[in-house]
Amino acid sequence: MPMKIGDKPFKERVKDGVQQTFARRAVAAAQDGLRERKLNATERDEALGDWETWRRAGEEIRRHTLENLDYYLEQLSENFAARGGHVFFAETAEEAQQYIQSVIKKKNAKRIVKAKSMVTEEISLNEALEEIGCDVLESDLAEYILQLDDHDRPSHIVVPSLHKTKENIRDIFREKKGYSRSEKPEELAAFAREQLREAFLQADVGITGCNFAVADTGSIVLVTNEGNANMVATLPETFIAVMGMERLVPSWEELDVLVTLLCRSAVGQKITTYVTAITPEANNDGADGPKDFHLVIVDGGRSKALGTEFQPILHCIRCGACVNVCPVYRHIGGHAYGSIYQGPVGAVLSPILGGYEEYGELPYASSLCAACTEACPVRIPLHELLIKHRQRYVAGAGHPPAGEKLAMKAFAVGAASPPLFRLAEKLAPAVTAPLKDGDRIRKGPGPLKPWTDIRDFPAPAKDDFRKWFKAHKKEKEGGE
Amino acid sequence: MTTGSIHNRDAFLNRIADRLGRNRVRSAPMLERLHRPELDVYKDFSQDELLSVFKNACQNIHTDVYETTAEALGARLSETIHALGGGPVVCGADPRFREYGLDPVLEEEEVFIWDPSLGPVNIEKAAAANIGLAFSDVTLAESGTVAFFHDKWRSRSVGLLPTQSIVIVPKHTLVPRLTQAVQNIEKRADSGEAVPSYINFVSGPSNSADIEMNLVVGVHGPVRVAYIVITDR
Repeated sequence: MPMKIGDKPFKERVKDGVQQTFARRAVAAAQDGLRERKLNATERDEALGDWETWRRAGEEIRRHTLENLDYYLEQLSENFAARGGHVFFAETAEEAQQYIQSVIKKKNAKRIVKAKSMVTEEISLNEALEEIGCDVLESDLAEYILQLDDHDRPSHIVVPSLHKTKENIRDIFREKKGYSRSEKPEELAAFAREQLREAFLQADVGITGCNFAVADTGSIVLVTNEGNANMVATLPETFIAVMGMERLVPSWEELDVLVTLLCRSAVGQKITTYVTAITPEANNDGADGPKDFHLVIVDGGRSKALGTEFQPILHCIRCGACVNVCPVYRHIGGHAYGSIYQGPVGAVLSPILGGYEEYGELPYASSLCAACTEACPVRIPLHELLIKHRQRYVAGAGHPPAGEKLAMKAFAVGAASPPLFRLAEKLAPAVTAPLKDGDRIRKGPGPLKPWTDIRDFPAPAKDDFRKWFKAHKKEKEGGE
Repeated sequence: MTTGSIHNRDAFLNRIADRLGRNRVRSAPMLERLHRPELDVYKDFSQDELLSVFKNACQNIHTDVYETTAEALGARLSETIHALGGGPVVCGADPRFREYGLDPVLEEEEVFIWDPSLGPVNIEKAAAANIGLAFSDVTLAESGTVAFFHDKWRSRSVGLLPTQSIVIVPKHTLVPRLTQAVQNIEKRADSGEAVPSYINFVSGPSNSADIEMNLVVGVHGPVRVAYIVITDR
């Protein structure tokens, strides 16, 4: 599945999202649940000490790592290769696909099992492997459900099947796999366990993502709850890990801090059920574990953020905490973003990786309330980056329509100068009159349009504020 | 040892250095950590205090904890195996079973001991087993976590493929949290020791919340986990 999901324009995706009642309720409940669990495992966990100090620790580690990214990637690749592993640096999705295809073709392998990985979605790896005749099986429960449902799209970076009811899942299992039990989550999960167990035992190649790579030992660390990634890294003879180039730490000591921040922020657990570090052992003569190790390091547009004001987005550890507090995500859902990366992180990252032409509107999927920035365990100033994207978009990146550009420019000039601002304020009611319906703007122009379909903007008052205040003051003075 | 390989590295890293507006960094950069909150968690706790933190944590991860002495360990282990429905049982070839006098129990329960020379039979045995049995190498009090430094004798399949899992936890393996475990790994790596190819931190039974956010315990790995703590070792 590529990074882009769906072909409908943003406006229509938002409309679709708003109308899905179950999905909206599910998202609201999931957000509330995850947010509460996160608070219990972070700010409210006294044993942990001061959560702010943890966030600052995470920030300083991520900043240092990105500032010295070339050094640590070199060290990682040296150590991975010193243990007999193969490292491939891929600038583009195509290069990554071709390398993995070539490894698999050389082995004449057919059966591939995968553990959940956003970066393999980003590079459309499943399609590339199916193209060369492989059976690719997703083994994370949520991903397995989506795959069975004719490759439905993820709607949350941590819980990809959030938009599905248990009844939906029961019906998918019935239709595709002859399932005959109930919609109880326990029975559904037990069925998936049976179905996947055999596939793990038969698989030729296992593919995982990488939560963190450890540069100084050449290790790949996976953070999971189900145990599927452990199966993928234990049973097949060949192990391929695919990582976004920024997903590494200098040493195990920094790994400790980031694993702690990730587990607690993503799912409110002190640590996930499995935290597993795999380091190549090419001369493995044991009866389990892989014997052939590959690490594919993907740029895929990430380097476009380096050295720019957007560099901090590469600090992201994919916990989804920003998604779980976002009021806009709550109302439109994951699919409306049209990207495998949703919520605030998706709105910052997608335009960088996929371009403003495709994703330039996403930074408007925010009320700039800054809840995301506050929730981020590594202190990425998400809402500020959204504003910076808007500035670039309006200045011509992705070529927005000329009218919009002019309107936003006029606003920028007007707002910057007090006399002009007063003039603009006076003019505003006249300019917005055709859009108004009572005291709300319901038919916004340009970037406002998709939003006003679901969310009304307060309209400028008929009387401007200064006129009103003067009159009000007079009234009060007169009354006393 | 099979030789590893590295492809396309220079162009890739040069582009990164370029973007960052400088030459390639060639010598180890200094990471100055101003914030080290991890060092203060359960600092100076005694082993007894850590055990109580550990037991508390296990309540949240659906894991039963039994306490016993080294002397009563054999009886406790047999009892636990029976409570979980009995064999088949598999375990790694770990010298600690002998050290702790457990050979008679392994024999009596007809435990299959992992043997790399037997090849794929090992995986079949583990996949068909009701219980996998292992010792924890380092144990994290904060989160109720047991950790394994696996090798070809103490195999990764033993804790993964059987339906249930019993882990023996000598009290001296308890540390406050992940922090101390990684310090140990880092120290071993610094002294030139090869890092184990598979280090696994496990906290209770496998689980998932992917279906309407309902917690389901037991997905791909063990569906039930019991820890036996040896309180005098």
